[in-house]
Amino acid sequence: MSRDRPALRRHEPHTAPDDAAASSLRFIRETMERAGTFTAVPGWGGVAMGGVALAASALASRQPTVSDWLTVWTATALVGVVIGAWTTWAKARRGGAPLLSGQGRKFLLGLLPPLLVGVALTLAIYAYEVGPTGEYFARGGAADAVASYRLLPGAWLLLYGAGVASAGMFSVRLVPLMGSLFMLLGALALLAPAAWGDAFMAAGFGALHVVFGVLIARRHGG
Amino acid sequence: MPDPNDTSLRRAPRPVATVPDLDPVIHQRVRLGILSALAAGGTTSFTDLKTVLDLTDGNLSVHARKLEEAGYLEVRKSFADRTPLTEYALTEAGRVALEAYLDQMEAIIQTARPS
Repeated sequence: MSRDRPALRRHEPHTAPDDAAASSLRFIRETMERAGTFTAVPGWGGVAMGGVALAASALASRQPTVSDWLTVWTATALVGVVIGAWTTWAKARRGGAPLLSGQGRKFLLGLLPPLLVGVALTLAIYAYEVGPTGEYFARGGAADAVASYRLLPGAWLLLYGAGVASAGMFSVRLVPLMGSLFMLLGALALLAPAAWGDAFMAAGFGALHVVFGVLIARRHGG
Repeated sequence: MPDPNDTSLRRAPRPVATVPDLDPVIHQRVRLGILSALAAGGTTSFTDLKTVLDLTDGNLSVHARKLEEAGYLEVRKSFADRTPLTEYALTEAGRVALEAYLDQMEAIIQTARPS
Protein backbone atom coordinates (compact mmCIF):
# COMPACT_ATOMS: atom_id res chain seq x y z
CA MET A 1 0.00 0.00 0.00
CA SER A 2 1.58 3.31 -1.01
CA ARG A 3 2.42 5.93 1.59
CA ASP A 4 0.93 8.85 -0.29
CA ARG A 5 -2.57 7.44 -0.16
CA PRO A 6 -4.91 9.90 1.56
CA ALA A 7 -6.00 8.79 5.00
CA LEU A 8 -9.67 7.98 4.68
CA ARG A 9 -10.74 7.09 8.14
CA ARG A 10 -8.78 9.61 10.13
CA HIS A 11 -10.89 11.02 12.93
CA GLU A 12 -10.30 14.54 14.09
CA PRO A 13 -12.90 15.00 16.80
CA HIS A 14 -11.15 17.72 18.75
CA THR A 15 -9.39 19.83 16.20
CA ALA A 16 -10.17 23.46 15.49
CA PRO A 17 -12.74 23.98 12.73
CA ASP A 18 -10.26 25.73 10.47
CA ASP A 19 -7.73 22.91 10.86
CA ALA A 20 -10.44 20.39 10.09
CA ALA A 21 -11.51 22.45 7.08
CA ALA A 22 -7.91 22.67 5.84
CA SER A 23 -7.56 18.93 6.32
CA SER A 24 -10.77 18.34 4.36
CA LEU A 25 -9.54 20.50 1.50
CA ARG A 26 -6.21 18.68 1.49
CA PHE A 27 -8.01 15.35 1.49
CA ILE A 28 -10.20 16.41 -1.45
CA ARG A 29 -7.17 17.61 -3.41
CA GLU A 30 -5.21 14.40 -2.77
CA THR A 31 -8.18 12.22 -3.67
CA MET A 32 -8.79 14.14 -6.87
CA GLU A 33 -5.13 13.83 -7.83
CA ARG A 34 -5.23 10.10 -7.22
CA ALA A 35 -8.47 9.63 -9.15
CA GLY A 36 -7.40 11.82 -12.07
CA THR A 37 -3.85 10.53 -12.58
CA PHE A 38 -2.42 7.40 -14.08
CA THR A 39 0.44 6.68 -11.68
CA ALA A 40 1.77 3.41 -13.06
CA VAL A 41 4.29 4.99 -15.45
CA PRO A 42 7.40 2.87 -14.93
CA GLY A 43 10.56 4.81 -14.06
CA TRP A 44 13.00 1.90 -13.99
CA GLY A 45 11.26 0.48 -17.06
CA GLY A 46 12.11 3.75 -18.83
CA VAL A 47 15.75 3.39 -17.77
CA ALA A 48 15.81 -0.16 -19.15
CA MET A 49 14.20 0.94 -22.44
CA GLY A 50 16.78 3.75 -22.65
CA GLY A 51 19.65 1.31 -22.11
CA VAL A 52 18.37 -0.98 -24.86
CA ALA A 53 17.95 1.98 -27.22
CA LEU A 54 21.50 3.22 -26.58
CA ALA A 55 22.91 -0.22 -27.43
CA ALA A 56 20.61 -0.43 -30.48
CA SER A 57 21.70 2.92 -31.91
CA ALA A 58 25.35 1.85 -31.74
CA LEU A 59 24.44 -1.38 -33.49
CA ALA A 60 22.12 0.25 -36.06
CA SER A 61 24.75 2.76 -37.17
CA ARG A 62 27.01 -0.14 -38.23
CA GLN A 63 24.43 -1.92 -40.43
CA PRO A 64 25.45 -2.22 -44.10
CA THR A 65 21.97 -2.22 -45.64
CA VAL A 66 18.67 -0.42 -45.14
CA SER A 67 16.97 -3.71 -44.44
CA ASP A 68 19.44 -4.61 -41.66
CA TRP A 69 19.15 -1.15 -40.18
CA LEU A 70 15.35 -1.40 -40.09
CA THR A 71 15.57 -4.88 -38.58
CA VAL A 72 17.68 -3.58 -35.68
CA TRP A 73 15.24 -0.76 -34.90
CA THR A 74 12.14 -2.94 -35.34
CA ALA A 75 13.54 -5.51 -32.92
CA THR A 76 14.43 -2.70 -30.50
CA ALA A 77 10.90 -1.31 -30.70
CA LEU A 78 9.43 -4.75 -29.92
CA VAL A 79 11.80 -5.20 -26.95
CA GLY A 80 10.87 -1.69 -25.78
CA VAL A 81 7.13 -2.43 -25.98
CA VAL A 82 7.60 -5.63 -23.98
CA ILE A 83 9.70 -3.88 -21.29
CA GLY A 84 7.24 -0.96 -21.15
CA ALA A 85 4.14 -3.15 -20.92
CA TRP A 86 5.65 -5.49 -18.37
CA THR A 87 7.03 -2.78 -16.04
CA THR A 88 3.79 -0.76 -16.30
CA TRP A 89 1.78 -3.85 -15.40
CA ALA A 90 4.10 -4.60 -12.47
CA LYS A 91 3.95 -1.05 -11.12
CA ALA A 92 0.16 -0.90 -11.48
CA ARG A 93 -0.15 -4.15 -9.57
CA ARG A 94 2.17 -2.94 -6.84
CA GLY A 95 0.47 0.43 -6.39
CA GLY A 96 -3.10 -0.79 -6.90
CA ALA A 97 -3.68 1.48 -9.93
CA PRO A 98 -6.30 0.45 -12.48
CA LEU A 99 -4.58 -0.47 -15.73
CA LEU A 100 -7.22 -1.13 -18.38
CA SER A 101 -9.95 1.09 -17.00
CA GLY A 102 -10.23 4.67 -15.80
CA GLN A 103 -7.06 6.72 -16.20
CA GLY A 104 -5.00 3.70 -17.32
CA ARG A 105 -7.35 3.20 -20.27
CA LYS A 106 -7.18 6.88 -21.19
CA PHE A 107 -3.38 6.75 -21.01
CA LEU A 108 -3.28 3.73 -23.33
CA LEU A 109 -5.80 5.22 -25.77
CA GLY A 110 -3.78 8.44 -25.89
CA LEU A 111 -0.52 6.62 -26.54
CA LEU A 112 -1.69 4.07 -29.09
CA PRO A 113 -2.83 6.07 -32.18
CA PRO A 114 0.51 7.84 -32.85
CA LEU A 115 2.37 4.55 -32.34
CA LEU A 116 0.14 2.84 -34.91
CA VAL A 117 0.78 5.72 -37.31
CA GLY A 118 4.49 5.05 -36.79
CA VAL A 119 4.06 1.38 -37.66
CA ALA A 120 2.07 2.21 -40.81
CA LEU A 121 4.56 4.85 -41.92
CA THR A 122 7.50 2.50 -41.34
CA LEU A 123 5.86 -0.27 -43.36
CA ALA A 124 5.08 2.14 -46.18
CA ILE A 125 8.64 3.48 -46.32
CA TYR A 126 10.08 -0.01 -46.08
CA ALA A 127 7.94 -1.14 -49.04
CA TYR A 128 8.93 1.98 -50.96
CA GLU A 129 12.67 1.54 -50.35
CA VAL A 130 12.88 -2.18 -50.93
CA GLY A 131 10.85 -1.99 -54.12
CA PRO A 132 8.63 -4.52 -55.89
CA THR A 133 11.54 -6.79 -56.80
CA GLY A 134 12.66 -7.12 -53.22
CA GLU A 135 16.18 -5.72 -53.68
CA TYR A 136 17.56 -3.26 -51.20
CA PHE A 137 20.55 -1.00 -51.44
CA ALA A 138 23.64 -0.46 -49.35
CA ARG A 139 23.71 2.44 -46.93
CA GLY A 140 26.18 5.22 -47.59
CA GLY A 141 25.93 5.10 -51.41
CA ALA A 142 24.57 7.72 -53.78
CA ALA A 143 21.00 6.40 -53.61
CA ASP A 144 21.17 6.36 -49.81
CA ALA A 145 21.63 10.12 -49.57
CA VAL A 146 18.13 10.78 -50.91
CA ALA A 147 16.41 7.71 -49.48
CA SER A 148 13.12 8.29 -47.67
CA TYR A 149 13.95 5.89 -44.83
CA ARG A 150 16.30 8.55 -43.48
CA LEU A 151 13.23 10.53 -42.41
CA LEU A 152 12.24 7.68 -40.10
CA PRO A 153 14.25 8.62 -36.96
CA GLY A 154 12.69 12.10 -36.97
CA ALA A 155 9.21 10.68 -37.65
CA TRP A 156 9.57 8.01 -34.93
CA LEU A 157 10.71 10.56 -32.34
CA LEU A 158 7.88 12.94 -33.30
CA LEU A 159 5.18 10.26 -33.22
CA TYR A 160 6.35 8.64 -29.99
CA GLY A 161 6.61 12.11 -28.46
CA ALA A 162 3.09 12.97 -29.62
CA GLY A 163 1.74 9.77 -28.04
CA VAL A 164 3.57 10.31 -24.75
CA ALA A 165 2.59 13.99 -24.63
CA SER A 166 -1.11 13.28 -25.15
CA ALA A 167 -1.23 10.18 -22.92
CA GLY A 168 0.74 12.15 -20.34
CA MET A 169 -2.22 14.50 -19.87
CA PHE A 170 -3.63 11.74 -17.68
CA SER A 171 -0.41 11.15 -15.76
CA VAL A 172 2.20 12.95 -13.68
CA ARG A 173 3.63 16.16 -15.18
CA LEU A 174 7.01 14.67 -16.06
CA VAL A 175 5.39 12.44 -18.68
CA PRO A 176 3.97 15.12 -21.02
CA LEU A 177 7.21 17.07 -20.56
CA MET A 178 9.18 14.06 -21.77
CA GLY A 179 6.79 13.69 -24.72
CA SER A 180 7.31 17.31 -25.71
CA LEU A 181 11.10 16.92 -25.60
CA PHE A 182 10.82 13.83 -27.82
CA MET A 183 8.83 15.92 -30.31
CA LEU A 184 11.42 18.68 -30.20
CA LEU A 185 14.21 16.17 -30.88
CA GLY A 186 12.17 14.67 -33.72
CA ALA A 187 11.73 18.06 -35.36
CA LEU A 188 15.46 18.76 -35.01
CA ALA A 189 16.27 15.33 -36.47
CA LEU A 190 14.23 16.15 -39.58
CA LEU A 191 16.13 19.43 -40.00
CA ALA A 192 19.57 17.98 -39.28
CA PRO A 193 21.73 16.00 -41.76
CA ALA A 194 20.16 12.58 -42.25
CA ALA A 195 23.38 10.83 -41.21
CA TRP A 196 22.75 11.97 -37.62
CA GLY A 197 19.59 9.85 -37.43
CA ASP A 198 20.99 7.19 -35.12
CA ALA A 199 22.53 9.84 -32.86
CA PHE A 200 19.11 11.49 -32.50
CA MET A 201 17.60 8.07 -31.76
CA ALA A 202 20.22 7.59 -29.03
CA ALA A 203 19.51 11.05 -27.60
CA GLY A 204 15.73 10.47 -27.59
CA PHE A 205 14.88 6.83 -27.00
CA GLY A 206 18.17 6.38 -25.11
CA ALA A 207 19.07 9.47 -23.07
CA LEU A 208 15.58 10.98 -22.57
CA HIS A 209 14.21 7.61 -21.40
CA VAL A 210 17.09 7.15 -18.94
CA VAL A 211 16.93 10.69 -17.52
CA PHE A 212 13.13 10.81 -17.16
CA GLY A 213 13.10 7.18 -16.01
CA VAL A 214 15.37 8.06 -13.10
CA LEU A 215 13.32 11.18 -12.26
CA ILE A 216 10.02 9.25 -12.33
CA ALA A 217 11.48 6.35 -10.35
CA ARG A 218 12.73 8.73 -7.65
CA ARG A 219 9.68 10.94 -7.37
CA HIS A 220 6.87 8.54 -8.17
CA GLY A 221 7.84 5.25 -6.64
CA GLY A 222 9.76 3.07 -9.07
CA MET B 1 -22.22 30.41 4.99
CA PRO B 2 -20.70 31.54 8.33
CA ASP B 3 -21.14 35.16 9.25
CA PRO B 4 -17.75 36.87 8.75
CA ASN B 5 -18.36 38.96 11.87
CA ASP B 6 -18.93 35.92 14.01
CA THR B 7 -15.71 35.43 15.95
CA SER B 8 -16.93 32.40 17.89
CA LEU B 9 -14.94 30.14 15.58
CA ARG B 10 -11.73 31.69 16.79
CA ARG B 11 -12.28 31.13 20.48
CA ALA B 12 -11.77 27.53 21.35
CA PRO B 13 -11.08 24.42 19.34
CA ARG B 14 -14.36 22.60 18.98
CA PRO B 15 -15.52 19.54 17.11
CA VAL B 16 -15.98 20.38 13.47
CA ALA B 17 -19.46 18.86 13.57
CA THR B 18 -20.70 21.91 15.46
CA VAL B 19 -19.98 24.19 12.52
CA PRO B 20 -23.47 25.01 11.25
CA ASP B 21 -24.98 24.33 7.84
CA LEU B 22 -22.59 21.62 6.69
CA ASP B 23 -24.18 19.09 4.39
CA PRO B 24 -24.22 15.91 6.49
CA VAL B 25 -24.25 13.74 3.37
CA ILE B 26 -20.91 15.11 2.23
CA HIS B 27 -19.37 15.85 5.60
CA GLN B 28 -18.05 12.33 6.01
CA ARG B 29 -14.64 11.23 4.81
CA VAL B 30 -15.65 8.23 2.74
CA ARG B 31 -18.50 10.02 0.98
CA LEU B 32 -16.35 13.12 0.48
CA GLY B 33 -13.71 10.85 -1.05
CA ILE B 34 -16.22 9.25 -3.41
CA LEU B 35 -17.51 12.61 -4.65
CA SER B 36 -13.96 14.00 -5.04
CA ALA B 37 -12.80 10.95 -6.99
CA LEU B 38 -15.82 11.11 -9.30
CA ALA B 39 -15.36 14.86 -9.81
CA ALA B 40 -11.76 14.31 -10.93
CA GLY B 41 -12.00 10.97 -12.72
CA GLY B 42 -15.42 11.12 -14.37
CA THR B 43 -17.52 7.96 -14.53
CA THR B 44 -15.68 5.33 -12.49
CA SER B 45 -16.29 1.65 -11.96
CA PHE B 46 -16.98 0.18 -8.53
CA THR B 47 -13.66 -1.68 -8.61
CA ASP B 48 -11.57 1.34 -9.57
CA LEU B 49 -13.27 3.53 -6.98
CA LYS B 50 -12.62 0.90 -4.34
CA THR B 51 -8.92 0.81 -5.31
CA VAL B 52 -8.46 4.57 -5.48
CA LEU B 53 -10.13 5.15 -2.11
CA ASP B 54 -8.77 2.03 -0.42
CA LEU B 55 -12.20 0.85 0.72
CA THR B 56 -13.87 -2.49 1.26
CA ASP B 57 -16.80 -3.59 -0.93
CA GLY B 58 -19.31 -3.13 1.87
CA ASN B 59 -18.04 0.25 2.92
CA LEU B 60 -18.16 1.63 -0.61
CA SER B 61 -21.64 0.16 -1.25
CA VAL B 62 -23.15 1.65 1.89
CA HIS B 63 -21.77 5.13 1.36
CA ALA B 64 -22.45 5.14 -2.39
CA ARG B 65 -26.08 4.25 -1.64
CA LYS B 66 -26.38 7.21 0.75
CA LEU B 67 -25.01 9.50 -1.96
CA GLU B 68 -27.39 7.97 -4.48
CA GLU B 69 -30.36 8.51 -2.16
CA ALA B 70 -29.31 12.15 -1.81
CA GLY B 71 -29.23 12.40 -5.61
CA TYR B 72 -25.50 13.19 -5.68
CA LEU B 73 -24.44 10.25 -7.79
CA GLU B 74 -26.05 7.91 -10.23
CA VAL B 75 -25.41 4.22 -10.59
CA ARG B 76 -25.13 2.60 -14.00
CA LYS B 77 -25.30 -1.15 -14.10
CA SER B 78 -24.37 -3.06 -17.22
CA PHE B 79 -22.57 -6.15 -18.38
CA ALA B 80 -19.05 -6.36 -19.77
CA ASP B 81 -18.30 -9.82 -21.15
CA ARG B 82 -21.15 -11.25 -19.08
CA THR B 83 -19.61 -9.83 -15.89
CA PRO B 84 -21.79 -7.30 -14.09
CA LEU B 85 -20.24 -3.84 -14.24
CA THR B 86 -21.27 -1.14 -11.79
CA GLU B 87 -20.26 2.40 -12.59
CA TYR B 88 -20.76 5.59 -10.65
CA ALA B 89 -21.09 9.10 -12.02
CA LEU B 90 -21.46 12.44 -10.30
CA THR B 91 -24.83 14.13 -10.89
CA GLU B 92 -25.25 17.87 -11.35
CA ALA B 93 -26.68 18.04 -7.82
CA GLY B 94 -23.59 16.22 -6.55
CA ARG B 95 -21.25 18.65 -8.27
CA VAL B 96 -23.15 21.63 -6.86
CA ALA B 97 -23.09 20.08 -3.37
CA LEU B 98 -19.35 19.40 -3.55
CA GLU B 99 -18.67 22.96 -4.71
CA ALA B 100 -20.85 24.34 -1.91
CA TYR B 101 -18.92 22.21 0.58
CA LEU B 102 -15.59 23.48 -0.79
CA ASP B 103 -16.85 27.07 -0.45
CA GLN B 104 -17.87 26.38 3.15
CA MET B 105 -14.46 24.94 3.98
CA GLU B 106 -12.76 27.97 2.47
CA ALA B 107 -15.07 30.30 4.39
CA ILE B 108 -14.27 28.55 7.65
CA ILE B 109 -10.54 28.97 7.03
CA GLN B 110 -10.98 32.62 6.00
CA THR B 111 -13.02 33.36 9.13
CA ALA B 112 -10.67 31.63 11.51
CA ARG B 113 -7.44 33.07 10.18
CA PRO B 114 -6.80 36.80 10.49
CA SER B 115 -5.88 38.06 7.04
